[in-house]
Amino acid sequence: MLHNLEQYVVLAKSDFDHFIVALAREQKVFAPVAKDFGQFSFEQVTEGRQVALKYIPTILPPKKYFMPQYETLATFDTSTGQNMEPVVEYEKMVLLGVHTCDLAGIQCLNMVFNERPKDLNYLIRKNKITIIGYECNDYCDKYASCRLVHNHTPNGGYDLFFTDISTDKFIVHVNTLAGEEIIEKANVFEPASEADLKALEKLRTEKRAIFAKNEVPIEHERISELFDKAYSSKVWEELAEKCLACGNCTNVCPSCYCFDVIDEPNLDLKTGKRYRKWDSCQNETFAKVAGGESFREERGARQRHRYYRKFKYPLDKFSRFFCTGCGRCSRTCMAGINLKETLSKLIDEQGMKNPNAGEVKLG
Amino acid sequence: MKAVKIKDSEYEIKKGKILKAKMLTTMEKYFEIALPGGESLDHEPGQFVEVSILGIGEAPISISSSPTKRGSFELVVRNAGKLSGALHKLEAGDEVGIRGPFGKGFPVRILEGNDLLFVAAGLGVVPLRSLINFVIDNRRDFGKVNILLGCRTPQNMLFNDELEQWGKRLDVNFNCTVDKADPDWKGNVGLITTLIPGINLEPERTFAVVVGPPIMYKFVIVELLKKQIPERQILVSLERHMKCGLGKCGHCQINNMYCCQDGPVFTYDKIKGIPEAL
Repeated sequence: MLHNLEQYVVLAKSDFDHFIVALAREQKVFAPVAKDFGQFSFEQVTEGRQVALKYIPTILPPKKYFMPQYETLATFDTSTGQNMEPVVEYEKMVLLGVHTCDLAGIQCLNMVFNERPKDLNYLIRKNKITIIGYECNDYCDKYASCRLVHNHTPNGGYDLFFTDISTDKFIVHVNTLAGEEIIEKANVFEPASEADLKALEKLRTEKRAIFAKNEVPIEHERISELFDKAYSSKVWEELAEKCLACGNCTNVCPSCYCFDVIDEPNLDLKTGKRYRKWDSCQNETFAKVAGGESFREERGARQRHRYYRKFKYPLDKFSRFFCTGCGRCSRTCMAGINLKETLSKLIDEQGMKNPNAGEVKLG
Repeated sequence: MKAVKIKDSEYEIKKGKILKAKMLTTMEKYFEIALPGGESLDHEPGQFVEVSILGIGEAPISISSSPTKRGSFELVVRNAGKLSGALHKLEAGDEVGIRGPFGKGFPVRILEGNDLLFVAAGLGVVPLRSLINFVIDNRRDFGKVNILLGCRTPQNMLFNDELEQWGKRLDVNFNCTVDKADPDWKGNVGLITTLIPGINLEPERTFAVVVGPPIMYKFVIVELLKKQIPERQILVSLERHMKCGLGKCGHCQINNMYCCQDGPVFTYDKIKGIPEAL
């Protein structure tokens, strides 16, 4: 048997609401909630019926809790000189229903902010967040490319992990002590049986058939080579013609973390705060220096930079792709720039197409 | 969300007291700054600091003084943006916030024992001065020293008194040029590249250290390569907007490198194939 039975419990679906209510009494719980236009968003929940367990990736990834769009880094008071006090903003919370692509996104951010010099603001906040993952048994939609980057199955990064194994129950992998505490307090989980584990293994086998091929026709191992070759590709010029440089793609990306630091004085002009907010390498001024020179002036160069920051640079630095395969950038792009389509064009252009490795279905 | 004070934040600033402030030209202002209790900044030539005025913001500024100058350090700031504009209004006795030093400076240990060719254009003399003065203060540790300086007009020249001293020294070969002369100018006229062919050097034991505006590097490096200076012995310092200084915010990224951590000083062989670098 692949899995250690002791690490698994089961939850009857009829007890799901009870679990959420009990959990939300202990601490704040955030989970995917259905919004208009078929969209979903992580929001605070207090009962089970608010949670949308079957959802396509939320508009914003859980990044918004780990690295809030606006975050105070320090408060200041200049009435007697340059006095500042560094602060961290955090909140104890549970994130529930996090898909494997988004777990991967959190792992990317962990690597970045753990790298020296360490970012205490991020690291302190992260430790206050309990993560309950949720398995996708099938593709969410045509934009996802999680198989390509090996994120269609769980690779850790959670305290508890739920999988829907039958019409009446979830099996739950207990990965940490924090997770175990939740299970014990909730008092609605039962030990898993051999049959439950078999059901999980059967599901994973079925998933292997569903996620049999990559979403673009290239081997996982050859992506690095593709980007070695594609730096001067014409595809970047094509993207330049479409791109509106709005920065939507980077905002919704689970592994984009670039930021700006800004001072906000209060009305007394003496006290105030220094905060950081999300910034985007797609903005024209992003790489501009005081002298006026911009080092990625062309939109094509900025789009290329985005792709290389997902598929090449982090591979060299952190030995992992920073594309999580969630598909948000393609889903949100107003100009219809599609990640799978871009990769396919690069693959074609570089003569690296392998139909056995994958096929592109753009819907 | 609650905000809690933290210790050891990378964003914490030290109070820097301005000891001296004066305009060097109509655009550039000089500041001598001391940390509390005369604490040493402990920098390497070529590094930079993040300078704050709380309520206005923060910006990366090259350190212009050599670490051999104890007790205080020097910055020169061109009035080019929000923070630099506010800095220009400060005088001796005022306070600024300081973080750093940051980045990889000039590799002084590697330079020791070798001949040096300094090439500075425009504001490039500001960071390069940290190394030039370091070399002059440790003169016997280095071989032959050539300093080439270029700027637009004689009015743009920074550190006139110091340049005069460099010119007078027998252990330093100093030469400068302006793009456009005025009637009082008696020196060279022309781009800085015109000074390079005339320099006598042994390429295998020479390190060229080049700092200037982005456009200047391409032309100067061509001249240095003509002189047979090996690519790994050509050092440049690149200007980027190093917003956080911590290798995180992304603004200063050059392909896979963060200028604030991997640079700002690079050897030419490391960046020559990189389109976003030069």
